[in-house]
Amino acid sequence: MTPILEVKQLVKKYGDLTAVNGISFNIEQGEIFSLLGPNGAGKTTTISVLSTLFAPTSGDVTIAGHSVTAEPMQVRRVIGVVPQEIALYDDLTARENLAFWGQMYGLSGKGLSDRVEQVLKEIDLTDRAKDRVRTFSGGMKRRVNIGVGLLHRPKLLFMDEPTVGIDPQSRRAILDSVKMLNRQGMTVLYTTHYMEEAQELSDRVGIVDHGELIAIGTQEELTRQIGEKDALILDLVECEAIAALTEAARKIPGVQQVDLSECTLTVLAAQAEDVLAPVIAQANALNVKIRSVSIQEPNLEAVFLHLTGRALRD
Amino acid sequence: MNKILLIGLKDLRLAFRDRAALLLMLAAPFLLTLGLGLVTGRFSGTSNTIQSIPLIVVNQDGEDLGNALVDVFQSANLDELLDPTLESYAAAARAAVDADQTAAAVIIPAGFSASVFAQMDAPVVQVEVYSNPARPTSSGVVKAIVESFLNQVETGRVSGIVSVTQLIQNGYIQPNQAAQVAAEIGRRAGQNGAGQDLIRLQGQVDENVSPPFDVLAYMAPGMALMFLMFAVTNGGRMIQVEQLQGTLPRLLVAPVHIAQVFAGKALGIFFTGLAQMLILIGGTGLLFQIRWGGWLPVLALVMAAVFGAAGWGLLLTMVTRGPGQTSGIGTALMLVFGILGGSFTNPGGFPPWLRTLGRITPNAWALDGFLELGLGGGFADIWLPILALIAMGLILFAITVGLFIRRGGFSR
Repeated sequence: MTPILEVKQLVKKYGDLTAVNGISFNIEQGEIFSLLGPNGAGKTTTISVLSTLFAPTSGDVTIAGHSVTAEPMQVRRVIGVVPQEIALYDDLTARENLAFWGQMYGLSGKGLSDRVEQVLKEIDLTDRAKDRVRTFSGGMKRRVNIGVGLLHRPKLLFMDEPTVGIDPQSRRAILDSVKMLNRQGMTVLYTTHYMEEAQELSDRVGIVDHGELIAIGTQEELTRQIGEKDALILDLVECEAIAALTEAARKIPGVQQVDLSECTLTVLAAQAEDVLAPVIAQANALNVKIRSVSIQEPNLEAVFLHLTGRALRD
Repeated sequence: MNKILLIGLKDLRLAFRDRAALLLMLAAPFLLTLGLGLVTGRFSGTSNTIQSIPLIVVNQDGEDLGNALVDVFQSANLDELLDPTLESYAAAARAAVDADQTAAAVIIPAGFSASVFAQMDAPVVQVEVYSNPARPTSSGVVKAIVESFLNQVETGRVSGIVSVTQLIQNGYIQPNQAAQVAAEIGRRAGQNGAGQDLIRLQGQVDENVSPPFDVLAYMAPGMALMFLMFAVTNGGRMIQVEQLQGTLPRLLVAPVHIAQVFAGKALGIFFTGLAQMLILIGGTGLLFQIRWGGWLPVLALVMAAVFGAAGWGLLLTMVTRGPGQTSGIGTALMLVFGILGGSFTNPGGFPPWLRTLGRITPNAWALDGFLELGLGGGFADIWLPILALIAMGLILFAITVGLFIRRGGFSR
């Protein structure tokens, strides 16, 4: 199958700062591909280059057979972009916003008005279509923001952290809509720093950090890379003795890696149950009070931790 | 072209939905024009029209000339000008004047007619005009009417005496008939005086004479042009706001060429300025009865002025580093251009170098044009301002495009 998106050795620099450093990946038609990484990892810059907003410093990107540098207008016709910021006109109504952006994508006449009404229905805002966006909640704005990206039925949809700063209900609705769009045949490139979203949505995930793509594959492939370790997570009441506990935990047989973040200790082991009791005993010995203990089976968070030595939220 | 137009119209719509901008674009120039009109007394034109001057007439004479004077005050010709009331007592009439209840009291003493018809060397009984010092204009009008009447009576009296003397000397009448003939001549003179228009109220239209210049026809465009600079610099600021809000980057990843986006934004600034000027011209024309001139030359001048001003608005966007800076510099530019360009005061009193410097402003050129049109000029009188404004817009637009290309687009 021919990939709809091919990224080869993409580099983007801003002066001395290298925001994207030689990343390469493909996205197949009909796939949901997530770029997972912490804030500042280079996800938005990557999307900006792929969507022709910025020219790459080097490397090449091809979308539906068109180069983003040589044929940007052809690329723009086949992509839809849902930016991280809510990029709407506050003083236009939802319908006016959709109509304007539809016109920018070449829609007109009855085709435009029909499509606007259809999208309003899809984002469940038909009853608020005449209201100015300024009066909408954050979640409603997000839905219009997504609606704009869907108007012209793009082959490839870029969604840049579309759930940032919204309530759980709106977040749920957005994730469901991404899955629905994918079922309708739309290819989606989704960026996020929420591991749960990437796990739930993605056929494949690319993990980015410091502008580099450090791992790529299905969730199963990625967890296999770290040896399918469990994560024992201890949330401590006080942080003073965490360093001592970290050192003690590293000496426990079966413990493969220990990471600390503020008052949280993450212990990786082949079987978390095997190290649970010794870790608790060490905590008691050091008089460290534990607020909660949880065990996570291998996930993308653990993969990121394994690959970078840092938690994803850092 | 279609997308350029759509972007321009969208920006026009957004500008007119921004209440804060509307206050400065429309309300402020309206209010300032109104204020300047009040300060200069332009709006007192209607109230200064002297109408229905109240006066009290005391006719103690009761004879031909006294009655003739009353008839003058009550004549149809002076119906709109005067509102006379008859009173029997002079003291009551004077009291009414003292109490500011009337503009003047005209007291025709007993024996007035008889004194006029008496011998030439006999003293004439004086008609008294008791004036209200608080109403100098109105009482002055009353005085003028009385004086005009008395002049006619005096003319008749003198001509009567001369006529009677001539008649006696030539033997047409006997000396004992002189008094009777003189009285008859005087009576006819008085009646003739009453029949004539002592004060004529009329307007005159002469197509060969330019209409008088209306001070608001200078001030209103001055204010409109000053706040046009706000509209265009605010339009420039909105480009930067769109950059920050993400709608501009979103436009740039849509299938719209960057040149189309730039042209659309420029067109939006032009549309907004044009709409603002046309609303102000229409509004002030209707509300303040300002004569702006023929609509076609006014439209041409407005379009040229907006084009020139839009050039400044766009250039500002290219040389500032964000909406806050653009807003601050834009306001300063509006005021400086307003002063240099003559929006506040006639720059005729400026030193020559300052007048020359003022020519960099669209205000100066456009005001020249509006001045010509306000004085009844046409296309032939405003071609230079129009050309200058178009040239200004083209030069500024070219510089802006150069800067735009040099910095690689909208983004910094």
